[in-house]
Amino acid sequence: MSAAVEPATGTSGAIEARLPEVTRTGTAVGVLPGPPSRSALTAALPPARPARAVAVLIILGVAVAVLALLSAGIGQMRLTPGEVIHVLAARMGLMLGPEPAAPNADAVVMSIRLPRLALAGLSGAALATAGALMQGVFRNPLAEPGVIGVSSGAAAAACGGMALGLGALGPWGIALLAFAGGLGTTFLVYGLARSDGRTEVVTLVLTGVAVNAMAGAVIALFVFLADTSAREEIIFWQLGSLNGTRWQYVAVAAPIVIAGAVAAMALARGLDLLALGERPARHLGVDVERLRIWSIVLVAFLTAAAVAFSGIIAFVGLVVPHLIRMILGPGHRVLLPASALGGAALLMAADLAARTLVDYADLPIGMLTALVGGPFFFYLLRRTRRQAGGWG
Amino acid sequence: MTGALRAQGVHYKIGPARILRGVDLRVNPGEIMALAGPNGAGKSTLLAVLAGDLKPTAGQVTLGGQPLDGIGPRVLARKRAVMLQEAPMSFPFTVADVVRMGRAPWRGEDTDADDAAVAAALDATDALGLARRVFQTLSGGEKARVSFARALAQDAEILLLDEPTAALDIRHQEMVMALARREASRGRAVLAVLHDLSLAAAWADQLALIGDGVLVGVGPVAQVATAGRLSELYQHPIEVIGGVGGAGPLVAPIRGVMACAA
Repeated sequence: MSAAVEPATGTSGAIEARLPEVTRTGTAVGVLPGPPSRSALTAALPPARPARAVAVLIILGVAVAVLALLSAGIGQMRLTPGEVIHVLAARMGLMLGPEPAAPNADAVVMSIRLPRLALAGLSGAALATAGALMQGVFRNPLAEPGVIGVSSGAAAAACGGMALGLGALGPWGIALLAFAGGLGTTFLVYGLARSDGRTEVVTLVLTGVAVNAMAGAVIALFVFLADTSAREEIIFWQLGSLNGTRWQYVAVAAPIVIAGAVAAMALARGLDLLALGERPARHLGVDVERLRIWSIVLVAFLTAAAVAFSGIIAFVGLVVPHLIRMILGPGHRVLLPASALGGAALLMAADLAARTLVDYADLPIGMLTALVGGPFFFYLLRRTRRQAGGWG
Repeated sequence: MTGALRAQGVHYKIGPARILRGVDLRVNPGEIMALAGPNGAGKSTLLAVLAGDLKPTAGQVTLGGQPLDGIGPRVLARKRAVMLQEAPMSFPFTVADVVRMGRAPWRGEDTDADDAAVAAALDATDALGLARRVFQTLSGGEKARVSFARALAQDAEILLLDEPTAALDIRHQEMVMALARREASRGRAVLAVLHDLSLAAAWADQLALIGDGVLVGVGPVAQVATAGRLSELYQHPIEVIGGVGGAGPLVAPIRGVMACAA
């Protein structure tokens, strides 16, 4: 195809040579600037991917690692980062760093703190990626699994499992239920909140209110039906907590989150194009229906992985992609991985705060994120309102 | 070369409303075809059907003899570019990003050619200076030029333009039409919905007039754009003032005859 090998030449010389009409009407000649060289033209373009992107990804990766080292050492038993490294290295048969003074350091780090840290990171990555995906497919920067009710839909289904004694199915059973609940809710919200391929802010938020109310009622029903111990379990889990995380949970969440985050990358270009609108995206070769369905399935998948073991942790998916967009721009190829790392770092930090802010108490992490995320959501709403000239 | 884009016996209905009624149209390589008609005549719907966005309720659209709905989205995107009137961007992408999106169908090919095509398209539409601006912050006319640049960068053989000049000043109207002419002279087929009949007369090879879902005239502008036909189509007296300096006829409403109901 000739079109493929012959890129458009945009110099005015080329245009005029082909265009006797231009000179004839005599109006368009002045429009066309003098013929700059091609390299001068491309030099006027900003780079396709900012150099900052790599730097930010590296910084976020380092932040995750540093947080992990610090957090694994902080708690009732204090360990220096060096001692933590010693424990980790010893597991791999290496001798590194100073040997911890405390006798049970290995057990504390390996079976209590590390699984909890890992799950915090995985949940954060899952929620932030789900948020970025959802915002892309709804074409609305306020979409978020928690706000919209996907989290509570997943939670309602998982609660049902706990209340009806399906906890015996093990962590996979609860995760599957959460996935089913999340998927159903996402499709419901998507179906209800969209019109003409767009989701207006008011519709989206109101749909979220309705869905959250419904899911809340279902959860209340299950709390009512459950016996005392299941009731307690449900209530604490609903507040969002990583307390008592076991490696088993990590083993279930890790493959889901990693596969989900990688699969999300495959949708990045399509989501960029979708920002132009559905018809323009289609004109540029995007199979919009397929992009949508895959995005929704991934959102449900990722949200379920987080909700199944950590409960409802809201606003991570709202705050993280928003901050990343402010720093790196809206391109999804950078936004998605940076959100995953940023989400991991944020929840690891939040969990560290949750278990150390008050001595001998483990605050619900969902409460903490909502405390910070709620006002942020409010700020975004106000800003959107100002920019869009209304919430319509 | 892909060949002509053809609509054959195209009908389009929304509920009881018959938006298009038996449209036959052929957009040829190397030509600019202007599509004009009163508000609500079905221009945008016809463009959407030709673009493959809407499936006709009867009849078919073919591209080089191949039915449009049998061509995959990616292949189709390499063959036809579309510029719509509205550009509702949902995230703060820069102008350069937006025009780069026009290169998406060619992903996997030479990336140097991509940036060259993007820069050339921006330069041609007098928008190179906007490259680093956020698209959402542009004025209506600037957005239109950038959207047109995106369509140019797509490097497709069929260009479908829905009122590409509506938001533009005279200088940029002429620029866009000159670029459409450039594309046509390269063997591309251009279909542009235009309200300005003088602009259509000056630049288009063919004029298609549509009224109430039916094509009322297709052919060389001088033959189709007659005062009688236009006056009837627009239900307003219109005069056609013969070619001024070879720039095609001027089409003007006759003023002062509208009955103002007291």
